[in-house]
Amino acid sequence: MAFVALGQGGAGAKAPAQLKSSRVALLLLAPGMIYLALFFLTPFISLIITSLKTASMTGEIGMYDFAFQISNYSYAVESYLPQIVRSFTYAIIATVLALAISYPIAYFIGVKLRDKPLLKGLLLTLVIAPFFISFLLRTFAWRQIFSNESWIITTLKDIGFLGPDEYLIGTSFAVIFGLTYNFIPFMTLPIYTSLERLDTRLVEAGADLYATPAKTFWKVTFPLSLPGVTSGTLLTFIPITGDYINASRDFLGSSDTAMIGNVVEANFFRIQDYPTASAISVMLMAAIVVLVSVYVRRSGTEDLL
Amino acid sequence: MRFSLGKYLLPTYVFLTFAFLMIPIGYTFVFSFNEVEKSNIAWKGFTLDNWLQVCNQAEVCEAFANSVSIAVISTLISTALGTAIAIALGRYQFKGRAATNLLLFLPMATPEVVMGAGLAAQFLSVGIPKGFWTVVVAHVMFTLSFVVVTVKARVATLDPKLEEAGRDLYANATAVFWKITFPLLVPGIAAAAMLSFALSFDDFIITQFNAGPETTFPKFIYTAAARGIPPEANVIGSAVFIVAIAIVLVVQIRSSIKQRKLAK
Repeated sequence: MAFVALGQGGAGAKAPAQLKSSRVALLLLAPGMIYLALFFLTPFISLIITSLKTASMTGEIGMYDFAFQISNYSYAVESYLPQIVRSFTYAIIATVLALAISYPIAYFIGVKLRDKPLLKGLLLTLVIAPFFISFLLRTFAWRQIFSNESWIITTLKDIGFLGPDEYLIGTSFAVIFGLTYNFIPFMTLPIYTSLERLDTRLVEAGADLYATPAKTFWKVTFPLSLPGVTSGTLLTFIPITGDYINASRDFLGSSDTAMIGNVVEANFFRIQDYPTASAISVMLMAAIVVLVSVYVRRSGTEDLL
Repeated sequence: MRFSLGKYLLPTYVFLTFAFLMIPIGYTFVFSFNEVEKSNIAWKGFTLDNWLQVCNQAEVCEAFANSVSIAVISTLISTALGTAIAIALGRYQFKGRAATNLLLFLPMATPEVVMGAGLAAQFLSVGIPKGFWTVVVAHVMFTLSFVVVTVKARVATLDPKLEEAGRDLYANATAVFWKITFPLLVPGIAAAAMLSFALSFDDFIITQFNAGPETTFPKFIYTAAARGIPPEANVIGSAVFIVAIAIVLVVQIRSSIKQRKLAK
């Protein structure tokens, strides 16, 4: 849903005729920016403080005292290394799959349907259609479709594709499948936006210069769509690393597929180990900040919005 | 004949992928007519009861109503705050632009679990009990940037000559804004509000961390998943889907008619 907006906002939407009145600008900016400072930035400080706390002297569950217990971080990594590695592995595989599935769709809508605005609009609506049905309902639907009693699974067993004791729910396959499915629109829309701006004369020029269609694609079209590919990749990869719905045992996963998000959720709600949950969140955020800053260095801050 | 295979290959691929994308939507819709009580797993027969008596499952209805109230309130706040920021970014020069852009981008680039846990940790340490309003606070926080992006795109298309004309006709700054700038921004603001509503309505992760005992529609489904989601949840999910698609289609068809008229 969100990235329809990103698509429109797109690269370099420069403002016309800038007015010079920073007093008015400040007045317009202040409420929203103070809001973000209070409820987006300071929570990070709370998160860092919490991540360093130590178990309360009283021994009460869920109570923690202020401390500077850096070892919470090493404890978190030691205890949850498999989940951390799994999250990034799943995220990489699902992002690559989403890219492979989305690119042809984005190309078809953005380049082939250029002269058919109505059809183009309809197909774009279909791309974002999954957003309109609850994330949890659509993920649960896949669970039902892949459940051990469903005809798909019994058929797969009949033709010998799955062994009699094998199943899909709870496997890495099911979780990666769900993640890929859920984030395809996040990949398709930004790629569509950059392909839609593509100057087709450049592609024609490639053909005129006797390049094969494949060569033209790899030398002209694909490089020009890279900004879309980059933002699509970020918009897919980042939410996947923190997702815990797909990997949840009530949806497509099992305890063998737990990801970072599941660890944070379990530590926060079930064990009430807030320091560990916070330490993992801080580390995840640090990884994302590194990723985003590489992106910002490449394309500047104006293209972010 | 270059690409003669590709001519059919690509449309076929696109068709099949769209069919794939629609599978869970179709499934949810079909199973909203299933004649079962609670556990909506196997097909037991067709019934309209789930649609006609959605509130038989009081929990589902209550969760839905909560989600709508939260989405409406947080949308109003984030649209107001976000529109102001978008106008500042689009029309004014000021110091600290890069920092502003970065602060607006970060919420869109932060995994929800981090934002959710962070805000929850903050409410915990300040000692604010979680409930309806903490969810609203959280939703305004994560939808704000999306409002800014959407409205800013519209601000960028404004023709400054229209405002100049207003000033030439001795309208003061306030009149120029409310009579010219704002009406031109309305489509962008409406789109941003719809986006914000949709994001808020469907949010689960941030909500779970900050809701405490408050239920929302996604939270209900998450909790119900363990013991079976009642068909009434499918009804609400399908109804929301139909309404949302209808709105998008109407907007698209209207704008394409408008464009055709302008082209003449």
